[in-house]
Order: sequence, then structure tokens, then C-alpha cells
Amino acid sequence: MKRRSLLATAGAALASAPLSRAFAATVVGVTATEIKIGNIMPYSGPASAYGAIGRGHVAFFKRVNEQGGIAGRKINLITLDDGYAPPKTVEQARRLVEQDQVAFLFNPLGTPNNSAIQKYMNQKKVPHIFLSTGADKWGDPEHFPWTMGWQPSYRTEAQIYAKYIMKNAPNAKVAVLYQNDDFGKDYLIGLKDGFGAHYSKYVLKEFSFEVTDATIDSQAVSMQATGADTIVTAATPKFAAQMIRKVYDMSWKPLHFLTNVSASVGAVITPAGVEKAVGIITSAYAKDPTDSTWDKDAGMNEWRAFMKQYLPEADVTDGGYVFSYGACTTLVQVLKQCGDDFSRENIMKQAASLKNLVIPTLLPGVTINTSATNYHPIRQMQLSKWNGKTWELFGELIEGTGA
Amino acid sequence: MNLITSRYFPWVFLVAVAVLPLMFASDYKLFQFTMVVVYAIAVLGLNLLTGYNGQVSLGNGAFYAIGAYVTAIMMDKWDIPYWATIPFSAVICAGVGFLIGLPALRLGGMYLALTTFALAVATPQLLKYKLFDDYTGGVQGIVINKPDAPFGLPLNPDQWLYLFALTVGAILFILATNLVRGRIGRAMRAIRDQPLAAEAMGIDIAMFKTRTFALSAMFTGIAGSLGAITIQFVAPDAFGVPLSLTFFVGMVVGGGASIGGAIMGALFIQFIPNIADEISKAAPGAVYGLILIAFMFLLPGGLASLIRILKRKPA
Amino acid sequence: MDGFIHQIVSGIASGGIYASVALALVMIYQATHHVNFAQGEMAMFSTYIALTLIQAGVPYWAAFCITVPVSFVIGALIQRVVMEPLAKAPVLASVGVFIGLLLTFNSVAGWIFTYTLKPFPSPFGEGKPLFGGFVSRHELGSTAVTLVVLLSIWAFFRFTKLGLAMRAAAYNPVSSRLVGVPVNKMLALGWGLAASIGAIAGMMVAPVIFLDPNMMAGVLLYAFAGALLGGITNPLGAVVGGFIVGIIENLGGAYVVGTELKLTTALFIIVVVLTVKPAGLFGKTLVSRV
Repeated sequence: MKRRSLLATAGAALASAPLSRAFAATVVGVTATEIKIGNIMPYSGPASAYGAIGRGHVAFFKRVNEQGGIAGRKINLITLDDGYAPPKTVEQARRLVEQDQVAFLFNPLGTPNNSAIQKYMNQKKVPHIFLSTGADKWGDPEHFPWTMGWQPSYRTEAQIYAKYIMKNAPNAKVAVLYQNDDFGKDYLIGLKDGFGAHYSKYVLKEFSFEVTDATIDSQAVSMQATGADTIVTAATPKFAAQMIRKVYDMSWKPLHFLTNVSASVGAVITPAGVEKAVGIITSAYAKDPTDSTWDKDAGMNEWRAFMKQYLPEADVTDGGYVFSYGACTTLVQVLKQCGDDFSRENIMKQAASLKNLVIPTLLPGVTINTSATNYHPIRQMQLSKWNGKTWELFGELIEGTGA
Repeated sequence: MNLITSRYFPWVFLVAVAVLPLMFASDYKLFQFTMVVVYAIAVLGLNLLTGYNGQVSLGNGAFYAIGAYVTAIMMDKWDIPYWATIPFSAVICAGVGFLIGLPALRLGGMYLALTTFALAVATPQLLKYKLFDDYTGGVQGIVINKPDAPFGLPLNPDQWLYLFALTVGAILFILATNLVRGRIGRAMRAIRDQPLAAEAMGIDIAMFKTRTFALSAMFTGIAGSLGAITIQFVAPDAFGVPLSLTFFVGMVVGGGASIGGAIMGALFIQFIPNIADEISKAAPGAVYGLILIAFMFLLPGGLASLIRILKRKPA
Repeated sequence: MDGFIHQIVSGIASGGIYASVALALVMIYQATHHVNFAQGEMAMFSTYIALTLIQAGVPYWAAFCITVPVSFVIGALIQRVVMEPLAKAPVLASVGVFIGLLLTFNSVAGWIFTYTLKPFPSPFGEGKPLFGGFVSRHELGSTAVTLVVLLSIWAFFRFTKLGLAMRAAAYNPVSSRLVGVPVNKMLALGWGLAASIGAIAGMMVAPVIFLDPNMMAGVLLYAFAGALLGGITNPLGAVVGGFIVGIIENLGGAYVVGTELKLTTALFIIVVVLTVKPAGLFGKTLVSRV
């Protein structure tokens, strides 16, 4: 009885309430003086290391605004914390879209986090662009026309290693170390794509580890015991550094492929020991701020000047700031291309119309290209080998196949 | 006449929280309130176990995960309607809770706390296990659809979901209130405070403890189901240690052994992180931690003790 | 066979890490009858203090000798400022504070010292590993340090009046106060000592697993497991427990269940052991007070 009357009251209340069925105007979050952009980052929680990217964004748009903004409009970047928890990402995305009424979401971080909001963003038809995650699924314009990635996908990178191995070491015996999460598993998928039918011929065994593990020593020992002569390491910096050191300490000299996520000279190679990493191969698409190769590079000097002026306290060895600079520069180009039409449709259209865009922090020759059918902005990478001092680029730029 | 101390207060409160947000809150706010209801149920589940029965659990996130996955898998693989998944998730979680309650009998106090903590750590790894990949979607998780309002009710999905969660929540809260006020609740507390005396009075401690575990798991599992429906997404890494700690924080902030405290604790864990984020982008975790410490400092008995203090004063 | 021995040796090496942190947990438990969830984060923070000193040019052992007492002061201060007012509060409030401390230390460390991975020097020299590449100098040295700490704790509780008073204060504060034990001072001392032991553990662990604000997140759980397995009232038990956990984890992962369930298996074994011997392998079963 009580419940029924409760529902009745609720129903009556609802009928009289003004139903706010907002018909989303195509231009949202942009006025004559302002462009409102949303961003979600893990400032707290287990992935707070990546908060640097969000702080980089804030500083970048401060500079944009000081230099007069874009099309006479100031950028208002609202960046929120999700603690790397997908439920919180959903909440923050809804806040940004429904309450703050941002024009679009730029560079939210994390694969599970973006997976949680992808459907919502596409249903709402709000651009969800240049995501901070290397999963391959962000380049799927057919099913998710409002979502676009930015960096080359982990899968593409793994395919490149597989192809290199098949071409240059056809008799290789491969052991794989991967992090047991979306990042590591994407490498396994990429290797499977790359080796194709020959996967089981090349790969002896895969070894996983958890981010909560203290060390990967046990895995390294098992890998050596398989008799492998080639290893692929898909691990975040801490475990990658441990792996490099352990392999060296065991006097094991396999051909070692290392994910570019953990190729930072400052955060991985130096802690592990520069001499211990000699011969390791990675593939890069951006310049490493801690690699002396780029000490006099014009693009990196531009970035350093920016850091000095806008983030003087920040840690310049943190690759997150370089990543941020590249993504923000891409976004600025999109907004410039919009002309005076900042409708969500046009923003998405321009994001998908980037032609040979050169970004100062990307490797020479790597350009950004998108189209209505290509939602993988960066597809090129170049292999490089650690020579004890710097990453030495070799071979041609390799174009990934995408999905 | 003091409103808060009135015996009709819970009913007035319930009607108010059902009606007012529907009238005034935006869809986004309704979503947040739905999450408050979800967290309140989870915190209540933990409170029954830890607050009332004294079995400290730092791993209730595991039950939340199981509930969420049961719902997500049933909806995704077998197209079972969302509401029909909830009884399944309740039964499965109760069963798992009962089984975990058995070894827990042997483990006192801190040993239990740390073992359940281990359960929280192991949960994501188990959810990712490759043999279950076909069902769980592995590391990628499962995306599910948001339910529409039934019977042609003039409600949008957010409004309907809020009412649905609130209804489930209200039933569970009423159930819990009746339970802890009655004989069972007295037994639960007796076991917590004076186990030997309780046993001497003929209370079957083992039975009560394992059943409380099952009950707690059931509540938390239902919360997990509702949470999955609300978020429309489940993935293993969302159910690790931070989630279990969040529930624990909700319980201690709200107040141990308090039904109303669960609601206040849920409000805390839903909204304080947002406030911490507003205060500092550099170290929101530290702001949140300090707010938590300050809360414990000022109200060691939780927010519920504040109400008890208010109640004690003559109206 | 070589692989098998190598797995055991590497298990012992990880076990040493768990054992050193487990000792700090034993200390805090013996002194306060609480388990501080923030112990690992406090140890991580102390390690950053040491690193800052070393980077400023202070020699390793001098930095070591400064860090340990500084950590003691931080620990004792936390007890005085935060925990003491909560002495009469429900236990759950203390756990709430521990969680708050954990979040705060982690976040502040990231803020001040950044999240970039940092190498931490080993006092035992780099050099080539010993015994055919199985054991590094650091692993050997840090095991020795752990044993020294273990002996000191054991002797402290066994032979000193202070150690006895501390255990009494934790076990029964009211009676202890009646017989003249300054309970609050004992608790502060316990917190300080636990923080110091944690700092030593942090400085021994960091060269192996590298220093970053989340360094202790994984280690702490295994340290708990080790302490529980061996018996949290017994420092020797905790150390042995830590080593056993390291070995079980490695052998289980390498030969039995595969790496994907390594952690789960290790935890499962521990739960089974605890249900058979609830006070741990070497712990004393205490009759609970009524």
C-alpha cells in the first residue's frame, strides 16, 4: 500500500515537472569569446603518474590563451579527476557534457575508462577525440564515428616487431612478457596478427605479470629456461627496467624488443643501467625528451621553452608532458581548421580531415593524417636501437596497418 | 517536534528522496544520486558484516564485482532483462559469501581483515583469467545497454533507473533495519561484543557468522548489479583494492553499526573525491586522505554518531 | 634443474623484500595491536628522504643514519598528533585513519618527488652477480641487514624492559597504566620504531624494484601475507613467512598454475594454512580476553 502510494506520488510529481528533454543544439560550449573543452585524467589513484598529461594540457592552453586564443575565442579547458575508475569516468563525462556543456571531450585517459564512456559519447554525438590510450579500437569510424584515438596503437607496434622478426630472424624463438591488463593483452593480439599462421612456430610461450607484483624476476628466469633467443617486453616502466636489468644479470643476450611505452631514457633505461640495455630495439613515433639525440632539435627546443615558461616546476624527464604537447598541438590545428563553425559535427569533421600535419615533438617524417575512414591519426613508427647512449633510428618509417 | 528524531522521519525522507530529485535534478545529478543509492547498499552490506557482527572485511569489493559481472554477463550473453538478473546475483553472491565465511570463522580480527584484503587484490586477476574470457570479455570488460522505463511511464532512462535503484535500496534498507532491530541483530552484536557470553546464552556463533557473511555478500552483490546497470560497463580493473577501501571508508565515515550511516557514508564516497579534485589537481588523493583523517578525528563514531548526539538532546 | 634452483633463489630474493617489510608490521603490531596499512607508504616516503639526501651529496651511510631517526620522528609524531586523540575511538576509526594516511602519503610523494621511476643506490656495490649469476651483491647484503634488524627486534622484545613494557602497553593498556607503564609514550615509541624499520626496509627494497610512489603497493600485501603466515607476534616467524611466500609464489607461478594465477594461488595457500593454524606457523595462540 505504502509503496503504491509512493509511486503514485512520484508519477504525479513527474507529470507536473518540466521535462527537460534538451534538444542538443549542434553548437554547444562555444560562444563568441570562448570554447569550452572537457578532459578527464587520473589525478588521484593508482595511475596518478599520468596526471602530468593533464597538467601539461592546462599549461598549453594557458599559452594559447595568452597568445590570443583561437578564432578570437579563449579556450576554457575543464579537466576532472576520475581516479582511474571507470564509474567515475562516466560520472565526469556526464558532468562535462550535460552540466558544463563542453563542446567536446579531448584526450581522456585510460582504456577501460574510455571504453566506459565511448557508447555514451556516440549516443550523445559529442566528439570524443585524441584519446590518451593506445588501444586499437578507437579507430572504428563505422561503429563509433564520434571517437578517435591519437597515438599509434599497441597492436600496430606489436605487428611491427613480429614482421621485423619474420624478416630478419626467421628462425627466432620468441618469449613474451606482458602485463596482465588491456595494455599487455593488446601486444599479444598484435603479435598474433603479425605472425599470423606462424605464431606458434615463433612464439614459445607468453608470461604475464600483475601490476601488483613486486618483481618480474621469476618470469625472467622462466623465459630464459624456455630456450628463447628473442623476447618481447610489454610492460610499464618499472617492470621494463627490472626486466632489462634481470636479463643482463642472468648473462642472457636475447634480441630484446621493448614497448615504446617504456622506452624513456630517463625513466627506464637510465634507472636500469645504460650499458645493460645495449641492443634493445623499440619503435618510436615521438621524440624522447631525455634522449640526447634531440638536445639541439628545433621542435624539442620549442617544447623546452614552453616547459620553462609555463611549467617551470615540472619534471622535464616525464614523457607525459611531451605527449600532452603533441596532442594539444593536434587539437589546435583541428580548431583552426574549423574556421568559424564550431558545431560538433564540424569539429569532428575537421578532426577527420588532418593532412600531413607536422608536430614538433614527433619524429622527423611522422605526420598526422586522418580521413572519414581513417581514425588512426598517427600510423607511422620507426624502429630504433639503444646504442648505450641514445636511441639510434634505423630503417624506414613503417606505416602500421591499423585495425 | 524535532523532525529528525521523529519516528516518521524515515518515511518522509524516503518519499522526499524519491520525488524531489525527479522534479528538480538534472539527468547528471540523478545519475550521481543513483550511484549514491548503489554505494549506500554496498556500505550497508559491509556494515552488517563489520559494523554489526565485528567481522572486519576489506574485500567486499569482490562481492560487488561478482554481482556486477553476473548482471553484465546475463544481460550481454543471454539477453536477460536487467531486473531479472538481480535475484540471480543476490543468490550467487550469498552463496559465495557463505563459502568465504567458512574459513573466515577460523580467522579472528586482523587475520580476517588481511585475508579479505588479499581477496580484494586477487579479484581483478581472477576476473581476467583466460578460461572465463568468453563470458567476462577478459580485460576489455563488457558494455551493456541502459534500460528504458517500462509500462510507458513518462520517465527517461536516468529517472527510471534512479527510481528502480531507490526501490531496491529501500527494500534492502527496510529488511536490514528489521533484521538488526530484532533477535538476529541482537545476536549479531552479542557475537561482536561478547562472543563467549553469546555462546553461553546458546547463540550458534558459527552459523550466525557465516550467514552474516552471506547476507553481507548478497547486499553488496545487489549493489554491484545496480552499479553495472547504471554505469553500463564492467571491467576487471575497476574492482580492485581501491573499491573495497572505498566501501570501508564509506562505512567508517557513516558510522559502524548504523543503518542511516550507510547513506551518509555513501554521500561521502560519492561527493568528497569531487571536492578534493576541485581543491587540488596536483594531489587530490592527499586532499581526500586529509579530509578523511579530519573526519575520523572530529567524529570517530562516524556521521551517525552526530545524529545520535542530536537525538539525545530533548526536542 | 638449473631453472628450478634459479626459481628458488629468485623466490628467496623476493622473499627477502617481503620479510623486511613484514618486520615493520610485526613491530607496529607488537607495539599497538593494530596493523598500519600506511606502513608501506611511510617506508616509501622515508626512502625518498634518503634519496633526496644522497642526491644532495650526502654519503650513503650518512644518509641512511639520518633517514632512520627522521622516520622515527615522523612515526612518533603521527601517533602523537593523529592516533592518540583516537585512543578511545572505535577500532574502525583507526582503520579509517590508516587508509587516509595511505592515500595522503602516496599522493604527497607523487606531488613532491614526481612519479618518474628513480634508481636507488645500493651500498653493497653493483658488480657482477655472485654464485653463477644467481644472487646479486645487493640481495646478499640486504638479507644480512634484514637479519640484523630481526635480531635487534627479537633482542629488544626479549631482553629489554622497554620491550616488555611496550608489549604490555599494547596488550592491556589499562593494567599497564596501573603498574606505571607510560602507555602513550610506549605507543609513540612503537610507531617511531616501526617507521624506522620501514625506512630501512624501503632503502633495501628500492635498489631492487626501483623507487616510485607506488613502490610498496604490491610489496605490502605480500609482507602482510608473510607476517600472517609466520605469525605476526613473532619477528622470526614473519621473516620466515616472508621467504616462504616468495618461494611459493615463484614456484607456483613457474611450474604449477602459470603466471596468470600466481598471486591468487599464493594467497589461497596462505588462507589454507591460516585456517589450519590461525595464529600462523610460528605464532602464539592467544586466548582472547572476555
